[in-house]
Amino acid sequence: MADPILSLNGVSKSFGPIEVLHGVDFELRPGEIHALIGENGAGKSTTMKILGGYIDASGGEIRWQGQPVSFASSEEAEARGIVMIHQEFNLAEHLGVDQNVFLGRELKRGWRLDHAAMRGRAAALLDQLECHIDPSARVAGLSVPAKQMVEIAKALSRDLRVLIMDEPTAVLTERDCEILFRQIERLREQGVAILYTSHKLSEVKRICDRVSVLRDGVMVRSAKVAEITEDEMAAAMVGRELSDLYPAKAVPADEVMLEVEGLSVPGLIAEASLTLRRGEVLGIGGLVGAGRTELAEAIAGLRPRSGEVRLMGRTLPAGQVKTAMERGLVYLTEDRKGAGLLLDKSLRENLTLPLLHRFGRVLIDRRAEEAALDKAIADFAIRAPDREMPVGNLSGGNQQKLLLAKTLLSEPQVILIDEPTRGIDIGTKQQIYTLIAELAAAGHAIIVISSEMPELIGLASRVLVMHAGRIVGALDGDAVNEGAIVRLAMGLGESNGEAAA
Amino acid sequence: MTMATTQNNTGRTRGGLNLQVIGPIVALIALVLIGMALNSNFLSYANITNVLARSAFIGIIAVGMTFVITAGGLDLSVGSMAAFVAGLMILVMNQLTTSLGVSLPVILLGIALALVAGLVAGLINGILITRVGIEAFIVTLGTMGIYRSLITWLADGGTLSLGFEMRELYRPVYYGGIAGISWPIIAFVVVAVLGEVVMRHTAFGRHCAAIGSNEKVARYSSIPVARVKLATYVLLGLLVGFAVVMYVPRLGSASASTGLLWELEAIAAVIIGGTLLKGGFGRVWGTVVGVLILSLIGNLLNLTDFVSPYLNGAIQGAVIILAVVLQRKGGTER
Repeated sequence: MADPILSLNGVSKSFGPIEVLHGVDFELRPGEIHALIGENGAGKSTTMKILGGYIDASGGEIRWQGQPVSFASSEEAEARGIVMIHQEFNLAEHLGVDQNVFLGRELKRGWRLDHAAMRGRAAALLDQLECHIDPSARVAGLSVPAKQMVEIAKALSRDLRVLIMDEPTAVLTERDCEILFRQIERLREQGVAILYTSHKLSEVKRICDRVSVLRDGVMVRSAKVAEITEDEMAAAMVGRELSDLYPAKAVPADEVMLEVEGLSVPGLIAEASLTLRRGEVLGIGGLVGAGRTELAEAIAGLRPRSGEVRLMGRTLPAGQVKTAMERGLVYLTEDRKGAGLLLDKSLRENLTLPLLHRFGRVLIDRRAEEAALDKAIADFAIRAPDREMPVGNLSGGNQQKLLLAKTLLSEPQVILIDEPTRGIDIGTKQQIYTLIAELAAAGHAIIVISSEMPELIGLASRVLVMHAGRIVGALDGDAVNEGAIVRLAMGLGESNGEAAA
Repeated sequence: MTMATTQNNTGRTRGGLNLQVIGPIVALIALVLIGMALNSNFLSYANITNVLARSAFIGIIAVGMTFVITAGGLDLSVGSMAAFVAGLMILVMNQLTTSLGVSLPVILLGIALALVAGLVAGLINGILITRVGIEAFIVTLGTMGIYRSLITWLADGGTLSLGFEMRELYRPVYYGGIAGISWPIIAFVVVAVLGEVVMRHTAFGRHCAAIGSNEKVARYSSIPVARVKLATYVLLGLLVGFAVVMYVPRLGSASASTGLLWELEAIAAVIIGGTLLKGGFGRVWGTVVGVLILSLIGNLLNLTDFVSPYLNGAIQGAVIILAVVLQRKGGTER
């Protein structure tokens, strides 16, 4: 086996008085995909940032090809071929693909930019990635997976030795993941050392060679992927055996809570219909871009629509979010950071934002707000070091719990949850699954939209599948399985009898 | 465990925040101390009253501007708007004097007109921005030119003056007062206190901050985004009208140069006070401090002779830039 190209020896890191990494050892070898897993807050990001030269280690040693180094900046690390792809892409949205690939290292002829050469090189790199996007296209118009490919092309445009990927599949559908995996495997064959993080253990099992588990800043386990099971990985992450991830499903009552008939959003949704009963968890599956989010947003009044939506027998007017909330229907967005929470505001201000009129008549009753936050922190087990801190500094899991608390503050009857567990750790996932099951058991009606098959199958008693803006099938009971969902989502197979529309 | 860490960290954040919070106040105190050292008349009743009364117009407008900026907007038209409203008010009052004589009803009608005109002007800005969907900068740049041109046209390139007798009757609104405090100062204080309460303790203020912070989150939190933004421009327009009500009795005239650069002074005061130009966080008391800092600089330069008063603009400009630099330091420390 090749010698490590980049390694950490007993590295620790403190922020102020708090040490978040305790003597971590970690090695990246050429031609090896090394998974780094752990719950949110375990120290993965810190480890990656130290490797990528974004932050300094407080103690221990970083070695490059066996020699101790210290990177003054990420540019210095990049000069050696260490590239980190962040979860939030570092792309200039308004520039073209080729301009992004060579951003900061533009090719020049004399003092002028050599547009033709850059476009040609970018096209060659994209070809190499089997990615068919126009190098002159503007990045803003690209899909998320395409943007990721641009990031990888950008990394390839230099002499890539080490690639650090921070949850690359969190924003991808299963099909796009496959494409990404092929690219990663190709890079491995070329001898690139790859650090891969993900909350999806099945992915780790599939494409990684080695896995290291961080828990509370300590490297608790490191093994070849072939020698460890997914359950063992999960147990190492959480520090205990995980009981069954999904709680028992509630049995729906007969009472219809939500009826949607012939709902259309021009260009996005065509003639969607569904019914939702009290106590039911209805899953909606499909690829990203199939119209799942748009359907939920249209129902909740966040998008203009045509067609009929009846909530507990009463017609809900289109495009009125507030009315929907007041009548008991809410939507929890998939875009936690962009549409869910005010990242620079405190927990309290976020929690009460949709319902401020209930906290005091003219002046806001600060004490009532604090009491509501106390209750939310207790009910949803939110762990925040400081109540006044901006919520952007909370871990993803705690942000999601706060968003749930905020959305549920109005005590809605019908809840549309879009990607309930995107980018959060397995311990928090389990809490959220339990919460969803409890809400259903208490008589709420819930729609769960998810790109994760096991989640749909584990939570929902019935699953609708969308493809290209239409509901193409409904699966019930035993028919809910991964194969059936994927076939429908890809636009193959027909609905199995129980017509959706 | 959570409780223990809560207390620790709270102490730390409060300490960090403090510097940013007290920055403008420290600057204000420093200016006052410099003033006392340089000129014994600085703290005299006459000088302080003069400074405060003159800053009342900009101050009242800046309070409204704080809401607009906090909600992520901007209004460049307030200076021209003030001039136009003042001109309109004078024209109409002169007209009314011919039919109603020199009487209180004329003043009351004039005041009502100024308030309504300001409100309507703000409403026009707001509708163009929120309903038609044009960038606030462009809309108010446009209306700024329109109002400035209209006042020049109304005054036929010269000055519109209130009739002499009418002016005498209206004068006390600027020069009078109770308990030795003149009306403009009282009006400024009342507007500022109300503004602070609205910003910090009402749903409207919280909604402004939410919209400025992230409009999409606000919309998804079922806040009527367009209506709140519209309301900030209407409120600002109304306050411009109110400032004009205080301004007209001072000189009794309006011309093409009335309210010149008021918009920039108001925006500068808001920014010096710690409100973020990109929106999302605003504090009215900070704006008040910002207004006082700007007018004290002008006053100090007038009272002392080793720096020319002509350099007033340069020093104010440097203060504005410095304030933003300090703000940013506080921001990255988090």
